[in-house]
Parts: sequence; C-alpha cells; structure tokens
Amino acid sequence: MKSPVAASPASPDEALIAPGQTMESVTRTISDIPLLHPYPRFWWTGFVVAFALVLLLLASIAWLFTRGIGIWGVNVPVAWGFAIVNFVWWIGIGHAGTFISAILLLLHQTWRTSINRFTEAMTLFAVACAALFPILHLGRPQFFYWLLPYPDSMGLWPQFRSPLEWDVFAVSTYATVSLVFWYVGLLPDLATMRDRAATRFKARVYGLFSLGWRGDVRHWVHYQKLYVLLAGLAAPLVISVHTIVGLDFAIAILPGWHSTIFPPYFVAGAIFSGFSMVLTLIIPLRAVYKLQGLITARHLDLMAKVMMTTGWIVIYGYVDEFFNAWRSGDIFDRFVDVNRAIGPYAGYFWALMLCNVVAPQLLWSRRLRHNVAVLFVVALLVNVGMWIERFVIVVTSLHRDFLPSSWGMYHATFWDYSTLAGTVGLFVALLFLFLRFLPAISMTEMRRFVASGKADP
Amino acid sequence: MKAPNHGLLAAFTSETSFRSAFQNLREAGCVRLEAYTPYPVEPGVLPGATTPMAWIMLLAGVIGASGGFFLQWFAARDYPVNVGGRPLNSWPAFIPITFELTVLTAALVGVLAFFCLAGFPRLHHPVFADPRFKRASQDRFFICIRADDPLYASESVRRILTEARPESIAEVLA
Repeated sequence: MKSPVAASPASPDEALIAPGQTMESVTRTISDIPLLHPYPRFWWTGFVVAFALVLLLLASIAWLFTRGIGIWGVNVPVAWGFAIVNFVWWIGIGHAGTFISAILLLLHQTWRTSINRFTEAMTLFAVACAALFPILHLGRPQFFYWLLPYPDSMGLWPQFRSPLEWDVFAVSTYATVSLVFWYVGLLPDLATMRDRAATRFKARVYGLFSLGWRGDVRHWVHYQKLYVLLAGLAAPLVISVHTIVGLDFAIAILPGWHSTIFPPYFVAGAIFSGFSMVLTLIIPLRAVYKLQGLITARHLDLMAKVMMTTGWIVIYGYVDEFFNAWRSGDIFDRFVDVNRAIGPYAGYFWALMLCNVVAPQLLWSRRLRHNVAVLFVVALLVNVGMWIERFVIVVTSLHRDFLPSSWGMYHATFWDYSTLAGTVGLFVALLFLFLRFLPAISMTEMRRFVASGKADP
Repeated sequence: MKAPNHGLLAAFTSETSFRSAFQNLREAGCVRLEAYTPYPVEPGVLPGATTPMAWIMLLAGVIGASGGFFLQWFAARDYPVNVGGRPLNSWPAFIPITFELTVLTAALVGVLAFFCLAGFPRLHHPVFADPRFKRASQDRFFICIRADDPLYASESVRRILTEARPESIAEVLA
C-alpha cells in the first residue's frame, strides 16, 4: 500500500481529500453506497416522491397526446412557451457534467475527480428531460422522425439550414457522446463492483456490464487514449450544443433575440446553471451519505468560484443587451428592453435580477462561500433564476414584437406546470436509481489520486 | 504442446514492488508477461506500448465530416430550394451538422475500436479463476508469467518473482 494522502497541515480545508484515505478505503466508501444501500429511509422517501412526479409527467403526456398542445398556455403570438423554456433550462443544466469531466480533464484540474461521475450522470438525465420537450411540442409527436434525414417516399429532406434542425443533431449527438463517455468511464468501476458484490446475481449483472474488464496494462493504454480523445471531442461538443441553442433565437429576426451575443452568453449561462445544479444536489447528498472526506469544502469552494465567474459572463450578456438596444437606436429593440423592465412581465424580470445578479454576489465573501447553507440557497436561487431568464427571453420577446395589433399575453396552465414538475421528478428519480446501483464517484480515479500521494499528480 | 496452465500469477501490494518485479522479469528475458493494475499506472510499465486509437478516431472523424457534409450538399441538390437566387451549396449553414456528425462518428467508432482492441466483451478469462484476483480491481497489482513464455519453467525467473516478495503466488489453470 502506498502512503496515504497527507493533507498539508497549513491549510486543512484546502485539501481535495480527507487525510488517511487509502486505495482500499476509497473503494470501500464509494462501492458500499450501491452495494449495502445505507440510509434506505432517505432513499425510499426521495425516490417515492420523485416517482410520484414521474407518474404526473406520464399523465400530462397522455393528456397532451389525447388533446394536443392546446392544453398548454401557448398561443399566437407566444407559440414557444414553457416547452422551449424548459428545454433550454434542462439542456443548460446538462452542460456542467461535460464541462467538469471533459474540459477540466483537459486542463488537468484534478479536483474534478471526485465529482465528474456524478455530474456526468446529471448531464445524461438532464438531457433526457430536455429532449422530451421539443418532441412533445411538435403537435404531432408521432412524426418526430421527419426531423431525421432518411430516404422518405415524399422525396423530402429536413431543412439543414435551420438552427432547429441543427438542434436535432446537436442534442442527439450530445446525448449519445455523453452516454458513451460516461459508460467508458464506468467500465473499470463496474469491474470493481463485480468483484465486491456479495451475491452471485449482483456479480453477474455488474460483470455483464463490465464486459470482462480485468485491468490489463495493455487495455489501460488503449483505454486512456480513448478517454482523453473522447474528452477532446466532448469539449467542443458541449460548447457547440448551447451555441446552437443560442442560434435558435439569434437567427430569428425578433427583437430581443436577434443578437450576436446569444451563443456565448447562452454557453456561459448553461455552465452557470449547471454548476448551480451540481451544488444543489451535491450539498445534501454528501451530507446524507457522509462523503465529506471525498467531496471536501475545497470542491464546493471551487465550484462556487466557477459559478461566480460564469455568472459574471451572464451579467455581461444582460448589460450588452441593454447597451446594444440603446446604442443601435432600433425602436423595437429599445421597446423590448423597456417592456421587460416595466411591462406586464416585469415581476419575472426583477426576480431574475435578484436570483442571477444579486444573489451570487454573496459568494465574494469567503466566510459566506464556506457556509454550506448559504451556498446551497444561492445555488438554488440561481437554478430558479436561470429558469426565469429563459422565460423572460422566450415570452417577453414573443408577446410584443413589431405590430401592437399582434400583441398578446401568455399564461401557463396547470398542464404546463405539471409537465415541468414531472420532468423534475424524472430527473430526481433517475438520479436516485443511479445512486442506488452505480458508484457515484469514480473509484479508479480516486485510487490513482490516493496512490499518487499528492494533491496534484 | 498445449500447456495445462495459463500461467503463474503473483499479487503485489504496492505499485513500487510491482514495478520493480515486472522490470526484472522483462530484463531476465520474459516475453509473455501479463500485468493487471487497479488504476492506470504512470508511466506505463510497457515501454514503447502504442495504441492506434488516435489514428482510428481521426479516420472516423474525417469520414463523419465528409459524410455529414455530403449528406447536406446532396440534399440541397436533390430537393433544391431557391431562396432569392442564393447558392444551393450554402456551406456555412452546413458546418454545425458536419461538426456534430464528426464528433458522433469519431466517438462511436473509437469505443467500438477499443472493444475490438481489448477483445471485449470477454466475460471469462483464466485469471478470474484465482479468488485473489478480485482485488486486481481494488488494491492489488498482479503479474502473470504465461505458460507459453519460453522461460516459464526456468528456476531463475521464478526466483526473481519470489524475491520480489509478492503477497501471494499461484498457478492458474488455462
């Protein structure tokens, strides 16, 4: 056994792992969560509540398919409504996972090790929730495959010049590559689970999914190259996905959407909301499962700093929108911004300012940043704020565009809210299943981290 | 002649002793050595071990990119939409999908190529027969001198292995 990691005594809370951890102890701590199923009361309570919401989602979808999208609040002029707000919100949340696992890997940020597996799972489930909405919003969802290029009998092709078609490719590629990246990362850990499983049945199931991994050094050579190349592919992919989502808006001529700031501002917003969701989930989970030794105060501190940085890029986006509306002299652009601040949806706008602009500034203080309760509340507010941001962008731009004769109002219905709540339930339920059956932290990478004997191998 | 054994399997508790034993065995002339580690050891114990992964994924990416662009270029001619005389080959609008298909093809082919190179799925392997091998995925480092190594029966090679003080040493059946 290599010497256990010794935290530098000068700065105990700067350590990325608690002192005294060994290869054996990290493997045991992490694999015991799925194998021994500790804290069953917490798990069952959470899962049952989430699953009830999944049933609500199924009911909402069934009713939607029966009656059509008229059950939602969408209308002309506000034809996008909650479906697109929720789509953009969920896909944004999904971005933190790939950012943490791919971009931070390429940048040699070792602190990603304890959180990358969990956030990759979060990405997958968020993308699954996101991908539901455009399909539900189609009106005739049974024809969703018309979006794909295939030799159809009508001799038609999808419109490859449209950002909405780019979305089809971007989101499906993102979901597939995220799944592959996650599974490849899981492979050696599934072998560990197979070897630690107490029953033959569990060993066989984990063994089947581990494909017979045995840690051969020749396999590791291919494996590591594959992993770093997948990270290299996923890093520009994650940027491209939200860029394309930003282009959905920017390419339209609508005032408030037609702006070149959208792609970068959307990417920053995605990482901002993704990190806030990671914090929202990890803070309670590490407390319940007693993982403070592996996900330390330093991890939370670093995530809070990433959240603040991306938050400021988002603030730059807000300022730029107002500045350009004023500077361009375009009366429609100016009107949209005034209407956002004092129009019928002003409440949403000011709530957005409070959640996304004011709340994160608390984290400038080191004392507040290190207070988990404060950090949790700020992260929660940012999640809400990012949802409101998409609501403001979608609804306030659409409801009053050029001609006052075509103005209208958007009011969400029960089914809008039930579908949103249902996807939250789906997301949480999938996360609970993930925690129940798979190792939530990469044991392989933690072992390597411990064996390296220092914080920065 | 088919050897009845798969090889001689030794377990080590530390990466250092595993490394030096592996190095000594190679220097003694063993050519059919297998090694198993619970995490990717750096630098690798096999000097000059290369992987074609990068070339395979590059090739797949090029195929994905050209295929993706061709798909859109072809569709623009197969069903021409004339928008105010703008060119049908509006290539800047084709870049996003070309990029997505590049990434998708390279990633999927890369994973399949890895499975082929590693021989996965392979649920059975002789080393799994040793109950101690369960710790190869946890906290032990294993070296296996395969029975088809010309030095398998050599006493001096066995002495090298024993002198490296492995935690355990055992023959595994083929």
